[in-house]
Amino acid sequence: MASTAWPKPDQRQLLGKRFDRLDGPAKASGTAKYTHDTNLPNMLFAKALWAPHGAAKVSGIDVSAAKAVNGVAQVWSVEPGTEVNYAGTLVAVVAASTEEIAREAVNKIKVEYEVLPHNVDDRDPAKVSGEPSKKEVPDAAGVDEAFKSAEVVSEGYYGASPITHCCLEAHGQAAEFRGGDLYVWATTQNVSGYAGSVTDAAGVPASQVHVECQYMGGGFGSKFGADQWGQICVQLAKQTGKPVKFMLDRDQELMIAGARPSVYGKVRVAAKKDGTVTGWDSDMLASGGKGGGKAPDMPYVFTGVPVIRNVSRGVPVNRGSQRAWRAPGHPQNCLITMSALEDMAAKLGMDALEFFMKNLQYTGRPDVYRDELTKAAEMIDYGSKAHPRGDPTAGPIKRGLGMALHQWGGGGHGSNCDLTVNPDGSVDAKIGTQDLGTGTRTVIGIVVAETLGIPLERVKVNIGSNAYPNDGASGGSTTVGGVSSSARDAATQALNIVLDKVTPELGVPVDRLVARDGKIFDADNPSKSMTWEKACSLLGQMPINTKGSKDPKDGTKLTESGVGGVQMADVSVDIETGVARINEMVAVQDCGLIVNLKTAESQVYGGMIMGITYALYEEAIYDPVTGRMLNPDMEFYKLAGLADVGKLKVHMMTGPGYDDRGVIGLGEPPVISPGAAISNAIANAIGVRVPIMPFTPDRVLAALGKGGAVA
Amino acid sequence: MPHGGKRKTGTGISRRSFLTTLGAGTVASGLIPGGKRGKAAAAEGSPGIVGPGEVSITLEINGKSQEVKVEPRVTLLDVLRNRLDLTGAKKVCDRGTCGACTVLLDGKAIYSCSLLAIEAQGHKITTIEGLGTPEQLSAMQAAFVHHDAQQCGFCTPGFVVACTAFVNAHANPTVEDIRAGLGGNLCRCGTYMGVTEAVLEAAKAMKGGA
Ligand code: FES
Ligand code: FES
Repeated sequence: MASTAWPKPDQRQLLGKRFDRLDGPAKASGTAKYTHDTNLPNMLFAKALWAPHGAAKVSGIDVSAAKAVNGVAQVWSVEPGTEVNYAGTLVAVVAASTEEIAREAVNKIKVEYEVLPHNVDDRDPAKVSGEPSKKEVPDAAGVDEAFKSAEVVSEGYYGASPITHCCLEAHGQAAEFRGGDLYVWATTQNVSGYAGSVTDAAGVPASQVHVECQYMGGGFGSKFGADQWGQICVQLAKQTGKPVKFMLDRDQELMIAGARPSVYGKVRVAAKKDGTVTGWDSDMLASGGKGGGKAPDMPYVFTGVPVIRNVSRGVPVNRGSQRAWRAPGHPQNCLITMSALEDMAAKLGMDALEFFMKNLQYTGRPDVYRDELTKAAEMIDYGSKAHPRGDPTAGPIKRGLGMALHQWGGGGHGSNCDLTVNPDGSVDAKIGTQDLGTGTRTVIGIVVAETLGIPLERVKVNIGSNAYPNDGASGGSTTVGGVSSSARDAATQALNIVLDKVTPELGVPVDRLVARDGKIFDADNPSKSMTWEKACSLLGQMPINTKGSKDPKDGTKLTESGVGGVQMADVSVDIETGVARINEMVAVQDCGLIVNLKTAESQVYGGMIMGITYALYEEAIYDPVTGRMLNPDMEFYKLAGLADVGKLKVHMMTGPGYDDRGVIGLGEPPVISPGAAISNAIANAIGVRVPIMPFTPDRVLAALGKGGAVA
Repeated sequence: MPHGGKRKTGTGISRRSFLTTLGAGTVASGLIPGGKRGKAAAAEGSPGIVGPGEVSITLEINGKSQEVKVEPRVTLLDVLRNRLDLTGAKKVCDRGTCGACTVLLDGKAIYSCSLLAIEAQGHKITTIEGLGTPEQLSAMQAAFVHHDAQQCGFCTPGFVVACTAFVNAHANPTVEDIRAGLGGNLCRCGTYMGVTEAVLEAAKAMKGGA
């Protein structure tokens, strides 16, 4: 019997090698159809009107002029009396025969508001609401005593501004009723679970909702259910009897379709003169929308620091509410922890690498981090580039190095795979999952091909529909662990059925049979063999159907949880203009058994680039007077471009101690450290901490005004 | 205001530094010299003024002449996507910032969200669909696949078109040229490393006009 367990390193044929993504040609040729690309016969286009106030009550709304526009089919609007809690809230939606007509009609809608008081300031301690959450180890007296008797205490203020998801494919949906069933084309991280979010609007049970998402233009944690706009879309489709497509405009996308909460506050770190950290004391404000917020538990990674106090207060703000943003909470936590620790290293006059190394006993995986720090230092040439805080070089350009450590879970989510092996040898795998750009399709194909010993091209992978077996939502880096486990399970079961047919034919006991290179052969005498096609022809008329799950019946554990990574950044800062630029960044990451090295590396590069973006450029800026987001567009809500990312290097930790852990997801980990590493690099360059991220020129100059480098 | 500030290569000015210098919203792209209004204008009988109703226009797209009836306010991008089901070009910012809607107009990369369809008459329009097919990828498309210059892939068609125009104009680009010349396209997933590699590889393959 072939075993479900992952093959040993010397037996792997495809796992861990580099493969082009299966849907690469469709994407590169523009033929891949995204939700936004849905064109159905007689389809209506929907466009929305949004509330321009941070808080208001709709006192009157008149859509009659919009309804009168030729080509308008239906208008949805809020009831008078409705309260809006943040600018950007949808108050009316028009469905019309063309986008232009819908937009024109939206402009004719008249809304009267009673403007209410609002708050968009997330850094004002006076705006705190609710009880603070507090954690003290061992207890208040112990914490106070530890800081009183500490050899060295360093203090600082740190923070991360709110950002948005800015998926290039805006949120939205197309919907159509056919024969009483609802068909939706969604851009979602949760194909299998999406139906439940539209059943109320549709008035049909989930079993009659057909969800399709073959391609999606980014999600990053912001796209799970249908949201209000998806439900309005369904309602409009129901009322008009026509297909309706409703995608948010860019400004709406940036205002209401996802935000990463902000965190700001004071940290004190206590340490011995030799660099051993002895205490942590943080007092933070956190804000993720109307409900306030909670700062993550600090310190990050160095969770074993013996004395910890952690206070967090929520600041409710009238802004679009928070959504999971790639590695929720971690980038902010990493930024604040690593900055505060590095400030202590600088205060002690100690090299940052030596300081972090010295305190690894407080982390969950000291050996892994030691190896990763060593590797990253080698990749960035730390030895010859490092200098104490403040680049002593004359002139306006100051260069510095910084580093950060991160961690993530990433164990596989629940997953089910249906696998068919046909008598002609063709293979078909079905999983109700989705590919956010992470390469899920390709991962499934590789696992099935590896298991059956056939080329990747032989496997047809079907995903992106709720007609396929249920799979968990793609969140928290759980997809690859889940789908590779269920695919491995289903394929192993199928292989064992094939092997049972081959055994009598070849006269070889089943335990000696190996499937590899498109053949099934005797491990002791490889010349006794049969092609995969011949073996499958022994099935007669009937294809094999197997069902695999994330937790195989034989008890094999195929996925694990818990990864660590290290990143280092080399930056140059112009102290006259305040502009910080990346020269180079390196990432060292483990993620258990790698399925496709090419797309795994892409994930890490992508994480670093997204990290550079939030470290230096992107920020949702709000106007305190109107409560409106000031930059809901891509000119001022800035993403890094090709010229902004410097030279990037990635190293994946593989080999004993890593691959034997099973498959672990990789979506979140690499996006966590960049902000912290860049912050530390900037401080190392200019001699002073820039407290708030993103580290824009104005903030860099303001920090320099308080000390630091001299040109 | 300089026209076509996008992809002005050789000046050493990337889109971002350009924006930083001049303030945002200033990069005028999709502005083409001598946009023709001829046919639609003639139909209205009043020179230079058309609409507001639908007019019939003829566009030459991927070597094929296509007649569509559109209101003059409709952008080339919306004609391609909504009327002709050529959905490779994407709508992301709809205001000339991100490059997702890039197509070729007489071989030059333009933002199709920032050009009215009526102005595209008389020009040769090439969309991503006109460069290659999944079965027969162009050299640039194949290089994008090979270097994994795509994750979610939503920016990819715009990038492929922009890179194609870039390499046609710069046969031997260096990494610095690529950084300076391809700042007009944005990717959220972070595929710039792959894009850079893909352009270098495709530039080699495209020599000789492939
Ligand atoms: S959609 Fe045209 S430039 Fe962004
Ligand atoms: S690949 Fe997703 S936006 Fe570029």
